[in-house]
Amino acid sequence: MGDLIRFRDDETHEEPAVTLDAFLGQSNATAVRLEPTDDPRALIPHLSRLSLIEVSFPKFRDGRGYSIGSILREAGYAGELRAAGDVLVDQIGPMRRCGFDAFLSDAEIDRDVLDKLLSLHAHVYQKTVDGRAPVWARRHG
Amino acid sequence: MYQYDEYDQAIVDARVEEFRDQVRRRLSGEMTEDQFKPLRLMNGLYLQLHAYMLRVAIPYGTLSGKQMHMLAHIARKYDKDYGHFTTRQNLQYNWIKLADAPDILAELATVEMHAIQTSGNCIRNISSDQYAGAAADEIEDPRPWAELLRQWSTFHPEFSYLPRKFKIAVIGSEEDRAAVRLHDIGLQIHRNDAGETGFRVFVGGGMGRTPMIAPVIRDFLPKADFLSYMEACLRVYNRYGRRDNLYKARIKILVHEIGADEYRRQVEEEFLHTRTLGLDAPQAEFDRIAAHFAPPAFESGLSDEIDRSDPDFALWLDQQVVAHKVPGYAIVNISLKPTGGIPGDASSAQIDLMADLGETYSFDELRVTHAQNIVLPHVRKSDLYAIWQKLDAAGLATPNLDLVGDIIACPGLDYCSLANARSIPLAQKISERFGEIGRQRDLGELKLKISGCINACGHHHAGHIGILGVDRKGEENYQLSFGGSGAEDASLAKIIGPGFSEDGVVDAIEKAVNVYTALRTDGERFIDTYRRVGEAPFKEAIYG
Repeated sequence: MGDLIRFRDDETHEEPAVTLDAFLGQSNATAVRLEPTDDPRALIPHLSRLSLIEVSFPKFRDGRGYSIGSILREAGYAGELRAAGDVLVDQIGPMRRCGFDAFLSDAEIDRDVLDKLLSLHAHVYQKTVDGRAPVWARRHG
Repeated sequence: MYQYDEYDQAIVDARVEEFRDQVRRRLSGEMTEDQFKPLRLMNGLYLQLHAYMLRVAIPYGTLSGKQMHMLAHIARKYDKDYGHFTTRQNLQYNWIKLADAPDILAELATVEMHAIQTSGNCIRNISSDQYAGAAADEIEDPRPWAELLRQWSTFHPEFSYLPRKFKIAVIGSEEDRAAVRLHDIGLQIHRNDAGETGFRVFVGGGMGRTPMIAPVIRDFLPKADFLSYMEACLRVYNRYGRRDNLYKARIKILVHEIGADEYRRQVEEEFLHTRTLGLDAPQAEFDRIAAHFAPPAFESGLSDEIDRSDPDFALWLDQQVVAHKVPGYAIVNISLKPTGGIPGDASSAQIDLMADLGETYSFDELRVTHAQNIVLPHVRKSDLYAIWQKLDAAGLATPNLDLVGDIIACPGLDYCSLANARSIPLAQKISERFGEIGRQRDLGELKLKISGCINACGHHHAGHIGILGVDRKGEENYQLSFGGSGAEDASLAKIIGPGFSEDGVVDAIEKAVNVYTALRTDGERFIDTYRRVGEAPFKEAIYG
């Protein structure tokens, strides 16, 4: 497993993440782990007391987590949003655009490659939860 | 037509840079082929039977002379001096070296072209009506919306790893020349009772092994909600489309399994949310894009008279030239289906010639059609004879538009790693059997489409006559179907009976058209007769 890569300034949250069912069943947990089939909107009433939501990417081809991340940020979640599992270096940029700010990949991520990839795309076409101005906003700023 | 500004250019240039690095990491072994595959696929690079195939995007099939010349240049420099125009209005090269791919993309970027999202499980190149902006029956030009979709879908981060590929087509006419109901999303501009224009939204059509005609999911989508509604459609699919089975992963299966009503309900619910997110580009952005598609400077007062004294020219004129919305102008269809040729292939020299004609005679504009032909959209009628002479000299004046010789065929087993049977040699045989143009014209509109495997890239489900190549105990075998249509009267072709050898299927088609000529009434096309009389007489003639 690779190192945790974070794009946040706060302390890493140490409490182990519980499943969505466990969280909804108990719970004073402050960290949840979502699988691709989980409905992130079930967490919406509880977002303010969550510090970590970990989204599982069992296979890099499974793109459901991108929608999960976007939905959580659209709902106002401000804590750590971590992509965990089969996360490839080329996917971190798009995941950042869907609100993920921490990455725990099964493989070692080459930071030099990642930094270069993240610096490449100066402009984006879509408005997403990352807050970057899409080119249509720049064109008509 | 659309021209890049600094932002568009920077985005494409960045992708070239990114891909160059991805190829470097692959060649150095930092990346496995399994990891590289989705990245190269998202950039149109397939590993085929003999070599890499690179598919270049031609957004909504529109390109300039300069862009067309670049396609010829790349064919000459990096491939075997030809290219293949596809049913997605794109162009593919069949003999590309992986190490050359970044340089090819860099050359394409110099003329505002790319290969972004021409494959992979993402939103593919947007397709449209090849007569857009020229057709007499058009309500509005669909291309500004197609361009807006191109930008929105380019590197859309949420929809880069969909369950399966995703194809969107946009049209602005009642006549459907883009097969919108056979797309994942089909959009048709139409007018509501209040006189406003908006979109009819079809979702869940497609071909492949489970062909479906898309139901209407929304009858009228206001333009202001265009992108936020697309986001809702895609998000529901991304979250709930099947990922357990590659063959059930397209959106048509989701819509079919949960039903159009339930899919519509989920989209509407998501749309209530997405429309609050400010995802839609402002009117000023639409206006900026639309300005690029303003009509060219048509001359007024041109004559509609054409000298028909050369009979070969007159034949071509009747078959290949269609009405333009402006008096004195016409739309020219260039056939890439010479008798006995490979459907959709063009040599570098032919591509250059068509580019020159586009520059000289058609306001520097050309179109690629989903039937694998080329269109010069805005031609003065007085120039038609000169154009025909040049096309004829280059082997590009076969007068067979929409006739039996105008065959759509996938690359098949000659190139494709998925194919079960060859498509090209069969297309060539059929084209030769019916080579005589007088007979073809007597048979009238007859859309014949050949796929070399069940994935249906040759659109056989939508053929008046459809042929599917399968592998039967190691032998190529061809199943014959009748009654499909990709037009506004969309229908799926039905298999007539047991399959044939390559020669056997050509004979069977001969028998079928003989049934048609015997039974047709005045003005009936092959498909009309088939629909009226049913399959029995055809079956009897073929198998009886």
